[in-house]
Amino acid sequence: MQITLKVKRYNPEATSEDKKSYFQEYKVDAPADSTVLDSLIQIREYQDESLTLRCSCRGAICGSCAMRVNGHAGLMCKTKVEKALGKNNVILVEPMGNQPVVKDLVVDMSLFFDKVRAVEPYLQPVGPEPKEERIASNEDMLHLVGVMSCIMCGACVSDCTVLEMDPNFLGPAALAKAYRFVADPRDGKTKERITEYNKYGGIWDCTRCMECVQVCPKGVDPMGRIMMLRTKADELGTKDYSYGVRHADAFEDSVKKGGKLNEAELVINTFGFFNVPKLLGMLPVAMRAAYKRKMPSLFHKSIPGVQSVRRIMSKAHEVEKVQGKKPMPR
Amino acid sequence: MYQHDVLVIGAGLAGMRAALAAQQAGADTAIITKVTPVRSHSNAAQGGINAALTHLGDDWHEHAYETVKGSDYLGDQDAIEILAQDAGRSIIELEHMGVIFSRGPDGKLGTRHFGGQQRARTFYVADITGAAILHVLFEQILKAKTRVYEEWFVTSLIMEDGECRGVVAMEIKSGKLEVITAKAVILATGGCGRVFEPSTNGLIVTGDGMGLAYNAGAPLMDMEMTQFHPTTLKNNGILMTEAARGEGGYLLNSKGERFMEKYAPTFKELASRDVVSRSEQTEINEGRGIDGCVLLDLRHLGREAIETKLAYINEIAIDYMGFSLADKPIPVRPGYHYIMGGIKTNVDGLTKIPGLYAAGETACVSVHGGNRLGANSLLDTVVFGRRSGEHAAQMVKSKPAPKVSEARVQQDEKHIKALLDRPANGDSVAKIRLDMGNAMTENVQVFRNEQGMKTALADIKKTQERYKKVAVGNKGKVFNTSLIFALELGFMVDLAEVIVAGALARKESRGAHARTDFPDRDDVNWMKHTLAYNTENGPKLDYLPVVFTQWEPKVRSY
Ligand SMILES: Cc1cc2nc3c(=O)[nH]c(=O)nc-3n(C[C@H](O)[C@H](O)[C@H](O)COP(=O)(O)OP(=O)(O)OC[C@H]3O[C@@H](n4cnc5c(N)ncnc54)[C@H](O)[C@@H]3O)c2cc1C
Ligand code: SF4
Ligand code: SF4
Ligand code: FES
Repeated sequence: MQITLKVKRYNPEATSEDKKSYFQEYKVDAPADSTVLDSLIQIREYQDESLTLRCSCRGAICGSCAMRVNGHAGLMCKTKVEKALGKNNVILVEPMGNQPVVKDLVVDMSLFFDKVRAVEPYLQPVGPEPKEERIASNEDMLHLVGVMSCIMCGACVSDCTVLEMDPNFLGPAALAKAYRFVADPRDGKTKERITEYNKYGGIWDCTRCMECVQVCPKGVDPMGRIMMLRTKADELGTKDYSYGVRHADAFEDSVKKGGKLNEAELVINTFGFFNVPKLLGMLPVAMRAAYKRKMPSLFHKSIPGVQSVRRIMSKAHEVEKVQGKKPMPR
Repeated sequence: MYQHDVLVIGAGLAGMRAALAAQQAGADTAIITKVTPVRSHSNAAQGGINAALTHLGDDWHEHAYETVKGSDYLGDQDAIEILAQDAGRSIIELEHMGVIFSRGPDGKLGTRHFGGQQRARTFYVADITGAAILHVLFEQILKAKTRVYEEWFVTSLIMEDGECRGVVAMEIKSGKLEVITAKAVILATGGCGRVFEPSTNGLIVTGDGMGLAYNAGAPLMDMEMTQFHPTTLKNNGILMTEAARGEGGYLLNSKGERFMEKYAPTFKELASRDVVSRSEQTEINEGRGIDGCVLLDLRHLGREAIETKLAYINEIAIDYMGFSLADKPIPVRPGYHYIMGGIKTNVDGLTKIPGLYAAGETACVSVHGGNRLGANSLLDTVVFGRRSGEHAAQMVKSKPAPKVSEARVQQDEKHIKALLDRPANGDSVAKIRLDMGNAMTENVQVFRNEQGMKTALADIKKTQERYKKVAVGNKGKVFNTSLIFALELGFMVDLAEVIVAGALARKESRGAHARTDFPDRDDVNWMKHTLAYNTENGPKLDYLPVVFTQWEPKVRSY
């Protein structure tokens, strides 16, 4: 089947700005049940060797080939051509979001790994090391397989709505990783961990937008893991209202008021208008945002239909109550 | 210019285990890897890792014997004894680091059955064992704060006075070449699976380490011993783990018969891989296949077992075939999977070159001989990775830091410039690689013969000639994958030649090397390792006796 791949290109070595970043269309003959990665490889091998991407296993296990297809992140080796085809047989392929592009479809993942590093991502047992294995139930191990299935592809980080505005957020993958240790019966640092993850940028900053759950190719359910961490924080009584929880509240208020997020207001409401040191601490974030042309304006206009947004939000709260669901800890 | 005591090339299981050992022994250690550690191909290992744990009632002698038998008596028995004896400790160590191994009802480690072994001694994490261990070793590397040169490609080893003193490597992001000196270099660069097309191996598995060592003068051993895995998907070569049969899966021919009952009455589907692959190929050749495949049937295991213990291969079946393994049998066939051969090392990982070590799939100790048992490779990576790291760390203590001239980069710079500046009238990397892969798959297969292999050798020589004129279609500095593929192909065309040359010379059938023109094992003339040295006229072959300790060669039956 004849299809068109519309690929976002970026060449940092180009001589002029307009040649650096552009879209290029490639025509490929692709079987319907082949993957978008197959097409990209075909282009790279037989049409345009300069097209740059990472890939290796072709079996959704190495985590190299996460990109955005038609606006959403995913693994290209797991994305079937027939499913991705849009109007006129075109598939739009772009690099992941929230991470700087190095070349074409290759992004710099150091932010991703910095965040993983920040959660102390290694088992910390307490007590003397036994001679044999540590005893644990198979159920507990099986439960962890779900989280250990994370292949660190970055898709969730690419599409996380909070990370887009606040690079300080630890983000879905790192927090899912954090959960892996909290839920491991062999780890002895649960309380210390939770206290850390409680802080600004941690578990309370997630807005439960579901993006990470939807784009994760391995069913890791990062948001669900973050909610489990919140429950754990509740249980341990370490829930810290100082920043994180207020951040979540402020997020909701901001949406209710203007129908969309007002990032500047969000920061102020989280820390308080007079918390000068913390607000100054946020300056680098604002500067990075400005650099990425994402500096939020201080005076947001309400979007048209803000009333409906408010209605949806209050409806959501009602539904939560009616279904007798324990409201999400927040 | 950078400097370290121990430099490990590769961040798969072997590389990270070696680096941890070297660092813990006090050496200034760094890892250099062409991909981010967790992208290394160890992550693709599905089924598990073998060990005879004494406290679970197993005996390492049994494991060692079955490994010797599996190797068709080509494995060195001293090395195999070390592998089997050190296995228990290695598993416990991995468990302590945090690997979430499956458990039995008592909360102790649980096992599953794997091929060629009477007892269930394969420890596992669902069917993502490799990834689960790789990620835990990565956690340990983060904890140890080991320096990692990430996405750096090693272009050559620095050889001076007959000794290895470091590497020249390219930072892929900038295209810049640098010298990294080291008192000891450990190659942990994995297999060379892309020499064959298709292959269960990832696109990054291109035998660079074997090529680097071979070019530096170290001999490669038993390279003709290539493993064809019995259950790979036809089109893309993706693996369906042996654990599928370990959990009780059947292999069926077009008549619906469990044909393995005929070829291996005792072990059936769980005979050694070489035996199962030959049986499948025989069924297919004799007209009892389906479209060049046989069927792997798991339906009787039940949906729940499939969705928990074999979730990943079920996901692959759904993604690539469009159905669940609980609903339909899946067509599979023998496909290139693993190389038993590699850089010749001793049991401490030391190669024939002072200062140069090798561990993991790139090395040949040899513990796998003519045929590797499933789940023995992950074990090989951690046991010999660790031993190399420890030995290197001891060795560097009494060694002064090597002095290498910064100008050494110019040699590689010139080579790369020549590659890029070449007129564009040659074939592309992709075309040459595909022809090489097809030539190997056609004639250096499960069954081999003189004529076929001669054809393959001629074909490979042609690809070597074409490679001399290869055109690189991208001239940029930043993240030039096109250039990297060209460098990798340079290693592969030579490795392909070594594989075929060794196979042509070995006039017998042993392990995975099955010749229709010499169908029997010949212990009188061929109970020996093949060594291949690089010369201007291609590989020069030599031979080395096999080390025996306690197991006399017997007829192999399953
Ligand atoms: C699909 C599949 C399933 C498998 N299942 C099992 C199983 O169940 N049990 C089992 O025991 N074995 C299994 N194996 C085999 C086993 O996984 C491998 O043999 C083993 O993981 C190899 O590990 P390694 O550390 O030697 O190399 P790898 O994990 O391949 O790592 C190689 C490293 O070298 C680096 N590198 C390579 N070239 C360069 C260069 N030029 N410059 C810088 N860095 C470089 C790479 O970046 C990488 O980090 C399986 C193999 C495959 C393909
Ligand atoms: S649910 Fe939370 S972590 Fe996931 S994408 Fe949304 S904000 Fe980010
Ligand atoms: S959680 Fe999912 S999307 Fe995020 S990095 Fe892991 S596998 Fe990728
Ligand atoms: S190529 Fe490995 S995840 Fe897609």
